[in-house]
Amino acid sequence: MSDELIRCEHVYKRFPLPGGKGEFTALSDVSLSVRSGEVLALLGRSGSGKSTLLRIMAGLIPPSSGEVLSGGEPVTDANPDVAMVFQTFALLPWLTVLENVELGLEARGIRRTNRVRRALNAVDLVGLDGFEGAYPRELSGGMKQRVGCARAFAIEPKVLFMDEPFSALDVLTAENLRSEIDQLWNAGNFPSKSILLVTHNIEEAVFLADRVIIMGSNPGHLRGEVNIELSRPHNRSDARFAEIVDRLYTIMTNPDVTIAATGETPAVLGAAPHKSPFAQPLPHVRPGGISGMLQLLAEHGAQTEDVAHLSDRLSITADDLLSLLEAAVSLKFAEIADGDVTLTTTGRAFAASSIQSGKEIFRKQLLECVRLFDSIVRTLEGKKDGTMRVDFFLDLWDEYFPAAEAQRQFETAVDWGRFAELFEYDSLEGVLRLHESTAGEAKIGTLPAPAKP
Amino acid sequence: MRNASYATAARKVPFGLPDVAVTLGVLTLLAVIAKVGAGAFVPFTAKIVPHVDLDPRNLPYYAARSTLRMFVALVWSTLFTLVYGYFAARSKRAERVLIPLLDILQSVPVLGYLSVIITAFIALFRGSLLGLEFAAIFAIFTSQAWNMTFSFYQSLKSVPHELQEAAALYRLSGWQRFVQLDVPFAMIGLVWNAMISFGGGWFFLAASEAITVLNHNYTLPGVGSYVAAAVAAQDLRALGWAIVTIAVVIVLVDQLFWRPVVAWADRFRFEQNAAAEAPHSWVFDVIRAANVPVLVGRVWVPAADSVGRLLAAVTDAWFATRRPAREGGRGDRLFNAAVIGIVIALSVVALRFILTTVGFGEIFKVFGLGLATMARVAVLVALATIVWTPIGVAIGFNPRLASALQPVVQFLSSFPANFIFPFATLAFIRLGVPINLGAILLMALGSQWYILFNAIAGAQTIPTDLREMCDDCDLRGWRRWRRLIVPGIFASLVTGAITASGGAWNASIVSEVVSWGNTRLTAAGLGTYITEATTGGDWPRIILGVSMMSLFVVAVNRTVWRPLYGYAQKRFTQ
Ligand SMILES: Nc1ncnc2c1ncn2[C@@H]1O[C@H](COP(=O)(O)OP(=O)(O)OP(=O)(O)O)[C@@H](O)[C@H]1O
Ligand SMILES: [Mg+2]
Repeated sequence: MSDELIRCEHVYKRFPLPGGKGEFTALSDVSLSVRSGEVLALLGRSGSGKSTLLRIMAGLIPPSSGEVLSGGEPVTDANPDVAMVFQTFALLPWLTVLENVELGLEARGIRRTNRVRRALNAVDLVGLDGFEGAYPRELSGGMKQRVGCARAFAIEPKVLFMDEPFSALDVLTAENLRSEIDQLWNAGNFPSKSILLVTHNIEEAVFLADRVIIMGSNPGHLRGEVNIELSRPHNRSDARFAEIVDRLYTIMTNPDVTIAATGETPAVLGAAPHKSPFAQPLPHVRPGGISGMLQLLAEHGAQTEDVAHLSDRLSITADDLLSLLEAAVSLKFAEIADGDVTLTTTGRAFAASSIQSGKEIFRKQLLECVRLFDSIVRTLEGKKDGTMRVDFFLDLWDEYFPAAEAQRQFETAVDWGRFAELFEYDSLEGVLRLHESTAGEAKIGTLPAPAKP
Repeated sequence: MRNASYATAARKVPFGLPDVAVTLGVLTLLAVIAKVGAGAFVPFTAKIVPHVDLDPRNLPYYAARSTLRMFVALVWSTLFTLVYGYFAARSKRAERVLIPLLDILQSVPVLGYLSVIITAFIALFRGSLLGLEFAAIFAIFTSQAWNMTFSFYQSLKSVPHELQEAAALYRLSGWQRFVQLDVPFAMIGLVWNAMISFGGGWFFLAASEAITVLNHNYTLPGVGSYVAAAVAAQDLRALGWAIVTIAVVIVLVDQLFWRPVVAWADRFRFEQNAAAEAPHSWVFDVIRAANVPVLVGRVWVPAADSVGRLLAAVTDAWFATRRPAREGGRGDRLFNAAVIGIVIALSVVALRFILTTVGFGEIFKVFGLGLATMARVAVLVALATIVWTPIGVAIGFNPRLASALQPVVQFLSSFPANFIFPFATLAFIRLGVPINLGAILLMALGSQWYILFNAIAGAQTIPTDLREMCDDCDLRGWRRWRRLIVPGIFASLVTGAITASGGAWNASIVSEVVSWGNTRLTAAGLGTYITEATTGGDWPRIILGVSMMSLFVVAVNRTVWRPLYGYAQKRFTQ
């Protein structure tokens, strides 16, 4: 299908700099179109102008020059063909779920009975039946975003805009909602004709989108696009899937690479595909939590334990358990196969250890299994005084996560690093400092010598 | 219909005890309003001044008249707030005029222009008590409206960006946006501000019910005029009854009106997670338990729907969120020039009027009087801070005591201090206290509570573990104050001092001149100057006095309070 729903023609956006010191160009010469029947993803680093472009296409802010056409008509006001799902949900806390969903319908002057029917349909579609009378504050983050989706679905827009819709949710909730949206889309009765998704997350883009548009920064511009030529649903275990993800990682980590217009393998100049250690999200759990879970598993005696049972036995929510397991697996303390969890030898040792020896094991695993910590320690070692400003690391995370999540990633990393006595965080000076023992060990040669770039 | 509230409503007994209570309550209220309100339409001429009977049995009626006035003023203040605040927040041009204007209005002492208001309203409603009635209501209005408007404006300015975008994208009409986003978002701040301002309003009510303007005595039936009559008659017993009455009224209004409103407004809390502790009100619980409101609500739905649709259709064209116009255009420059021109022209006219009538020397004299009053305000704020801060901190550190005393302090701050003035005056006369000092005490009677109130609130925000840490480190006495308490409560103290000094400037107009029977005590100060100019109907002096006081208030705000507040924000908050 090739009929265009929305088209941008040579859109520029400049913002005045504070204090009247000239202008800042956020978007430069952007032309693109959203076609009927496709899921289009805008992928780009923080500050590349994704949100700005989305808001211009939604008619919320005017372009400085250039034009946006929606259904052939120039957009001069809030675009009636568009509904948006917001990153922070944007629900009205004093309205119930149903009233929030009705909001857009009411604004379009639809009578009450009709309106309630359509809103209820949308609520059902996102799996919130039974919660119509609840207030947003009673709902979890994932459920709030479902309300955000239902509100957008209810008005049956031509294009559904989603600005990082899953990034305010924890990893598992996000995954859950993401696959439900995908299922709805694949089932063919999706309430909109196409989806425009803004994201930081490469896997998310490949999983959901038919076409990924990559944006570059300074000033924000289009770098090119990659067609995801997989059959829906996009299967993560498919080799082609991994290949596209790797290709996109390559593109994203090499701002100078040009992308072939056809979407075929880009002409990568040299650099082998590699992911930044800062792109891999840490599960937000505490080392003490991991240790506690491992101890309980070890006490139980049996070699393996069913994950579903574990959740009951530890009486924690499935979400929390999965985060803990994710951490344990990534540190090679446990393995999961076919829904069963098994402790590794290291895991058993960790569970049985004293505080001090436990820290040692944890440190060893961190350095071996999580490249992030290796990278941080090397960076710190590369400095004469063993300290580095926190902003340096935050910037690295910022490239892969929205600011709030980057901050959380940082906090979790500090928590783990402190526990492992790898480094210290000095919040007054805003620096990370190598822990004395780590500094010592490095000299003995436990770690490979830092590779100087 | 799966809506939860419908389901519970259906399960309830159709007509229970709460319904009886609510129905009776509403009917009683309507009857009282009808009876009391009728009194306002009594004809009157300047010669036949309404008579105030000192028999205490008349007090309930007088109290009801006064209370009705307060509520009418509250309704007007709320309407004003919604309209003025909305335009100031939504139109850049309006904002540039409305907000500085509001700032000035807030600094002008209400009692200073009471005389102007009364003359105007009497001229407007010739031959009916309604003129006086409106003048009193207007005085109360001016004491409430500015605060409320500022709060509303600031709330509207802080509506989260994504919500504004959602409102625009989902094409909410101006009306829909106003009732579903703007007002709910501002509601809690508005309710609290209205409650505090309403409390402050009793003072102005009492001052405006009986007043001498342009050599006429004007009296409106009410508790305020009852007190004035008791003072003239030197009747201590009647004064005592009046104080009891006003205390009862304040408590009743709090229990029957403000508590339920605060409890109701809690639903508009914006934080998405569940509340720590929701405000509680027994009246609200009764209303919620009753079915009548739900039934009435359901009958009202179709009507509300069509009214809403109509308003939505009308406002769509007028206010629909249009995209921001380009800044700094020619229109904007013209607009700015016009505003500045008007301001300059007005200042020139006022200055010429004063110069040609009273002369240059008078300005210096009035400036000197202003300094005298300013000294009183400064001494008052300093003394009240020294006295009340330790007490407030002690209360704030003791949660049980704090929650027990909070309503008491709130009561004290809304209790009209001018009801106590006669007793103080009598004491001054008997003990021979010079009024030049005594006026400080009178001004303090009303305004000191803000300092206590804020000291308590500030102390409560200091985390318990920090205090425990101090105990642990053996940080005591002055050190403890310097390291923990003062930094912890500084911002609150500044807020308290700002409010207290504002109140004190206003109070100076009624505190620097007091009387008991035929004995009059007058202190040298700007308050006295304004009062005397008002009584004598001396327009140039009224204008000069009021402008001078406004200038003083604005100057002190700009040079002392604002910088101090900014410092507190920067230095002592995380
Ligand atoms: N209203 C504004 N005024 C000034 N600058 C702005 C404004 N909105 C955005 N910018 C700037 O424009 C650039 C692009 O911002 P935008 O939010 O579109 O980026 P983004 O790609 O969505 O980033 P993120 O992934 O962090 O959300 C940023 O440098 C930002 O600081
Ligand atoms: Mg963005």
